[in-house]
Amino acid sequence: MNLHKQLVVIGGGPAGMAAAISAKENGIDDILILERGEFLGGILNQCIHAGFGLHTFNEELTGPEYATRYTDRIEALKIEYSLNTMVLSIKKDKTIVAVSRDKGLMNIKTEAVILAMGCRERTRGAINIAGSRPAGIFTAGTAQYYINIMGKTIGKKIVILGSGDIGLIMARRLTLEGAEVKTVLELLPYSNGLGRNIAQCLEDFDIPLMLSHTIVGITGKERLEGITIASVDEKLTPIPGSEQFIECDTLLLSVGLIPENELTTDAEVEIDQRTSGAVINENLETSVEGIFACGNVLHVHDLVDYVSDEAARAGKKATQYLKNGITKNEYKNIIAQNGVRYCVPQKFEKLTPETPLFFRVTTPCDRRFVAVFADGEAVYKKREAYLTPSEMQIIKLNDEICEKLNKATQISIELI
Amino acid sequence: MTERKMTCIICPRGCRMTVKYENNTLIECKDNFCARGPTYAKNEIAAPTRVLTSTIPTDSKTVPLMPVKTSKAIPKEQLFTAMKLVKTIRAKAPLKCGDVIYKDFMVQGTDLICGRNLKV
Ligand SMILES: Cc1cc2nc3c(=O)[nH]c(=O)nc-3n(C[C@H](O)[C@H](O)[C@H](O)COP(=O)(O)OP(=O)(O)OC[C@H]3O[C@@H](n4cnc5c(N)ncnc54)[C@H](O)[C@@H]3O)c2cc1C
Ligand code: SF4
Repeated sequence: MNLHKQLVVIGGGPAGMAAAISAKENGIDDILILERGEFLGGILNQCIHAGFGLHTFNEELTGPEYATRYTDRIEALKIEYSLNTMVLSIKKDKTIVAVSRDKGLMNIKTEAVILAMGCRERTRGAINIAGSRPAGIFTAGTAQYYINIMGKTIGKKIVILGSGDIGLIMARRLTLEGAEVKTVLELLPYSNGLGRNIAQCLEDFDIPLMLSHTIVGITGKERLEGITIASVDEKLTPIPGSEQFIECDTLLLSVGLIPENELTTDAEVEIDQRTSGAVINENLETSVEGIFACGNVLHVHDLVDYVSDEAARAGKKATQYLKNGITKNEYKNIIAQNGVRYCVPQKFEKLTPETPLFFRVTTPCDRRFVAVFADGEAVYKKREAYLTPSEMQIIKLNDEICEKLNKATQISIELI
Repeated sequence: MTERKMTCIICPRGCRMTVKYENNTLIECKDNFCARGPTYAKNEIAAPTRVLTSTIPTDSKTVPLMPVKTSKAIPKEQLFTAMKLVKTIRAKAPLKCGDVIYKDFMVQGTDLICGRNLKV
């Protein structure tokens, strides 16, 4: 099947939906959302816990509730979407090849594309644990899918490796479902999860969080029977003699998310090694003209509200591109350094207050100033009581700061 | 008087507060970013509550589970009893996100509500 669409959005999660809604509201009618899953909503469908939408709706919604607000809007605006449709490739000229359960192979010519494919979990392969390969080892997100979407039981005695939010949320869910969560192990000396999740998912149920610990061995032939853990030193290497055995039938890996960028690379879009997402400008446009990116495929977000905001901007910018074309001149890079791991956007031509700067710090720190420098002058400075890599930070710029940044040649964001 | 650290769970900022209390009464609360922090601390010391979220089976072939939540926070010590009650409830299509599936769930005036639409 060959077709032409003015705007195609890849991924029907919160990012894809917000982008499509915004494009439609800004006057683009010829839109198609391609989603490989059976429903719109992306990862939100399996996140049944509350904690979504505090910024956007001023109330604490569950993931499915938050998704429903957007799916209802998609239906009301009559935005076209195709489910069970997997995008196989995008080329630099913005042609898309997708395969759908009922429409078969689709070749789609487009004028603009918004990438909103989300992210996926790192797996055991990515972290290398020694030992056998028995059943009973899941990524935390897969376990969440089994329990919250399929209604399956995954095990009785659980250990969770990694203290990211998904692992923490699953610790509570499994406990309430009657399983025994023995411990959550974290390699680093601090947790990667939100403080509120440590409080309400672990402390509420007296589940111990063991920092600076990792797994050194896995026991079990067919089904997991236990794991051997060890504490690690500052270099994160296991300390000999500190090994202990923990009996368990299930191990969940919650060791981080990576943007799902195979398609992006396919389209020859430049990737930022630090975010594992595309390099974008202030209009959320990638290095390929007319291809935009937003949500977790761009950089991993902790809060869906920021995803929706960012995606709505992507939809609006794609609309402006379709209507006027965006004229590109010289870009200036925003250098992230001295404790700042990355900044999105990575580059810009002309900043306006509409574009926030998103960044993460490299390591947790207390009482530091976040500063933005324009040719050596600190044009933005804010004291933060506590900063941690697990919380994405946001800087909102005003007209005056934007003007200074637009005039400068050397721009950086750092901790001082 | 007892002094302890407490993480406010009201918003993602998760302020790490220092609270002082005596006989279930809050005396002092520090390091909270906004006024909701001390309110949370007060309740947490006197009678902690949590919103419960879970899933219940449906009669639909395409959507096996309906996500549900309590319309208000319920006493924390009742969470496990509440889970037992959740296990007895079934969802029958059609339902809309926000529909009450079980009235006066555990506490009078608190309902168990649907988290998504369910078509027949
Ligand atoms: C377990 C978990 C718990 C979370 N908890 C919270 C919380 O409490 N509060 C909060 O605010 N945020 C939370 N978040 C964060 C928030 O849910 C995410 O940031 C948000 O869902 C990201 O949206 P997205 O649209 O970018 O990605 P996704 O929701 O992942 O959507 C991407 C979509 O793209 C589709 N897709 C991917 N590749 C293709 C392809 N090739 N072809 C077609 N379709 C494709 C996928 O099927 C998916 O539907 C949580 C996230 C996770 C994973
Ligand atoms: S005190 Fe206010 S800002 Fe801090 S976590 Fe609680 S609600 Fe959020």
